[in-house]
Amino acid sequence: MPHNLIITGVGGQGNVLASQIVGMAAVDREFRVTIGETFGLSQRGGPVMSHIRLSKEKNYGPLIPPNMAHFIIGLEPLETIRILLEYGNEETIFIVNSRPIYPLNVIAGDVEYPDLEKVRSAISESGGTLYWLDATQRAVEMGDPILLNMIMLGALCGLSPFPLEIQDFKNVLKKVFATTKLEINYRALDMGLKLITEYEN
Amino acid sequence: MTRMTQRKGGSVVLLQGNEAIARGALEGGAIFCAAYPGNPSSEIIETLAEASKDLPIYVEWSVNEKVALEAATAASFTGCRALVSMKQNGVNVTSDFLTNLTLSGTKGGIILISCDDPSGISSTNEEDSRLFSRLADIPLLEPATPQEALDMTKWALELSEKIKQIVMLRSVSRLSHTRSNVVLGNLPDFKQRPHFDVSSPFHTFPIIEKHIQRHQKLEQAREMFEESPFNPYRGPSKPELLIISSGCAWTYIGEALDLLGLSHRVGLLKLGTTWPLPKRLLKKHLQMCDRILFLEDVDPFLEDNVKSLAADMGKEIGLKEFMGKASGHVPDYGEQSPGVVMGVLGKLFDLDWERKRYRDKVTPWEEGLIPPREFGFCAGCPHRGSYYAIKTALAWDGKEGFVSGDIGCYSMGLFPTGFNQVKSVHAMGSGVGLASGYGKLEQFGFDQPVVTVCGDSTFFHAGIPALINAKFNASDILLLILDNSATAMTGFQPHPGTGNTAMGTPTEPVDVEALCRSLQVHVEVGDPYDMRDTARTLYRLMKMDGPRVLILRRKCALVQKREEGFPYLMEVDQDKCLGESCGCGRYCTRIFRCPGLIWDKEKGKASIDEVICVGCGICAEICPEKAIRMEARI
Repeated sequence: MPHNLIITGVGGQGNVLASQIVGMAAVDREFRVTIGETFGLSQRGGPVMSHIRLSKEKNYGPLIPPNMAHFIIGLEPLETIRILLEYGNEETIFIVNSRPIYPLNVIAGDVEYPDLEKVRSAISESGGTLYWLDATQRAVEMGDPILLNMIMLGALCGLSPFPLEIQDFKNVLKKVFATTKLEINYRALDMGLKLITEYEN
Repeated sequence: MTRMTQRKGGSVVLLQGNEAIARGALEGGAIFCAAYPGNPSSEIIETLAEASKDLPIYVEWSVNEKVALEAATAASFTGCRALVSMKQNGVNVTSDFLTNLTLSGTKGGIILISCDDPSGISSTNEEDSRLFSRLADIPLLEPATPQEALDMTKWALELSEKIKQIVMLRSVSRLSHTRSNVVLGNLPDFKQRPHFDVSSPFHTFPIIEKHIQRHQKLEQAREMFEESPFNPYRGPSKPELLIISSGCAWTYIGEALDLLGLSHRVGLLKLGTTWPLPKRLLKKHLQMCDRILFLEDVDPFLEDNVKSLAADMGKEIGLKEFMGKASGHVPDYGEQSPGVVMGVLGKLFDLDWERKRYRDKVTPWEEGLIPPREFGFCAGCPHRGSYYAIKTALAWDGKEGFVSGDIGCYSMGLFPTGFNQVKSVHAMGSGVGLASGYGKLEQFGFDQPVVTVCGDSTFFHAGIPALINAKFNASDILLLILDNSATAMTGFQPHPGTGNTAMGTPTEPVDVEALCRSLQVHVEVGDPYDMRDTARTLYRLMKMDGPRVLILRRKCALVQKREEGFPYLMEVDQDKCLGESCGCGRYCTRIFRCPGLIWDKEKGKASIDEVICVGCGICAEICPEKAIRMEARI
């Protein structure tokens, strides 16, 4: 059985880069990696979902079978609950960023954005473990909301069943970011890890 | 030197399907690579363009797919190797040349990559381009993984050169956008010197003889496919059910069989060489079992062709029960997925595989809780201004006017983000062709005004002939060229109007305005950010006859933001905003729908989302109370 991870969010949140970093780190640790990316019209505000599958034995297909995600990183609450039925199960571990990105139809008043407390309780009552983080808030405090994806990856490293460590990601960042941007991204990873280790339900 | 251009093979890297195709083309020695951008194929040429910095290859964005294939074929005719890539719609565009090229044959190895888009994730259709391989007798390969994408692309170039015929490789969005470990091979030295042998011309005459040769080439390919390592079988020697699959769909089946505990009961034959079918290989496997299930992406291509083959072999292999799209066991639309595959197998074997307890628990929470995420133009997008002006002008006119739409970001004019002004969208340039037709309907009593919109890249691709048609036939057409200086939808590839090529070489830009003026049609230029003035211009142009062009020129907001930024800081003066009591019915957020303009629920008034608003300033015009203020950025 591979490790099945989903990163879900909205175009512009750095989803694809985050999944690539996980993939590159896993290749360095000699995992067989398959990442399936769905990003249609993402630049135009659509949902973006990456399926990441890590195994020591073989390459799996690019899509996770129904209800078989072990880890779900939700960069946005609505996009997380959107995939709860299809991919979640009683043991899924969720790391969810609490900050909504309102769809146009919500801004326009055509439909309501779901009540955040309801989203939160639906995810936690689905059976799995939920880490509900104010990660965008932390990213803004660190100087740039784009750091959100690194905070979430750092948080992922804090989960004991996840097979990669924060140093694996840091090694990859050296290949991905310019030297000037390295330090802040390292700090974002550390921040994420800290949020998980100090998390109180 | 990057991971794509490292000469020595052996290393394992994480590659996207499209990157793997590009690496395969390099390992196969393709020195001429051409394409028109289109999701999900665009990354192939982008990757090769990047590689051209380190390697002696030529890469171009062509004006359309037909020209791309023609240009790449010049390399083949002179004995060099070439690649051309496109999305499924592009194969239609290139098909006129393609179906003749397969009669003349080719020389240097040449491969056509078609990246199909099952479920139409980023397309106007989910056409299955594999049908062209049958139509024109083209050998067809279907990779299932990024590793196979690399290996098959490389091998296809050899195959093509051997049988002197173009070879097709079909990817799908899921594979093109999948990343996985890929083992690289060595790069060749790229020492090919083009020479056209004038004693061996390329044409389709005599047609019958060339048609016969085309079939002979197909037979040559079939012989090689019989022994191909791309067609593996897994499962028992006497399975209860044989599944025949190809491409990305295959990657779900092995796992589904394991999860359902069916691996010892069901056989799985994967075909990587799907046209022409390897007859002996199929005979061997069809003899193993009497129940056959087909699982493939979009059309029943394998299904129909294997069934036809089985009919020919009927006497030897006996009667079979075939299950697939024709029998209704498998949906005959949309992308395959683990869920679809497990659903089909679960039903066939009567297995209870769904996590019913979990699903029953979660389903009610999801119901009514999850709104769809509506697509919209970006904050600052000039198309919003263009459509707002169109909406205004058509409303002034009041005669049920509408927009004949085309392919690009502005196709979203179909939706609320473009005020639902667009009433038809089909293929590249088709909006202009349709408008040319509407413009001749007046003589029959048609009195609705039609505005057609076309982006700059789309105009170059297929809009020009339709505009010339309108000029030639004196059609009453009003064409808006939405010139944002970018092929924005597919990721900002250069086009003839941008002033640089795929390889980054500066080039004299084609001047859209001068080009239109050379046709001696009425041409004006406007600014989509000036919505009121644009609406007035449009209204005036609507009252004129004959072909008219209005070029609405503004850089794509994403490019503007990256290059120079925007001039304003926006603010809603909440003392001026009357909120729900205004009578405007939340016009700014409900109708104008810029993601940077939001509704402050607590105060019941409009507000600016400072993270999303770029500061283009155009919304200041729409508020009846003038509550939206713009202030120059310092």
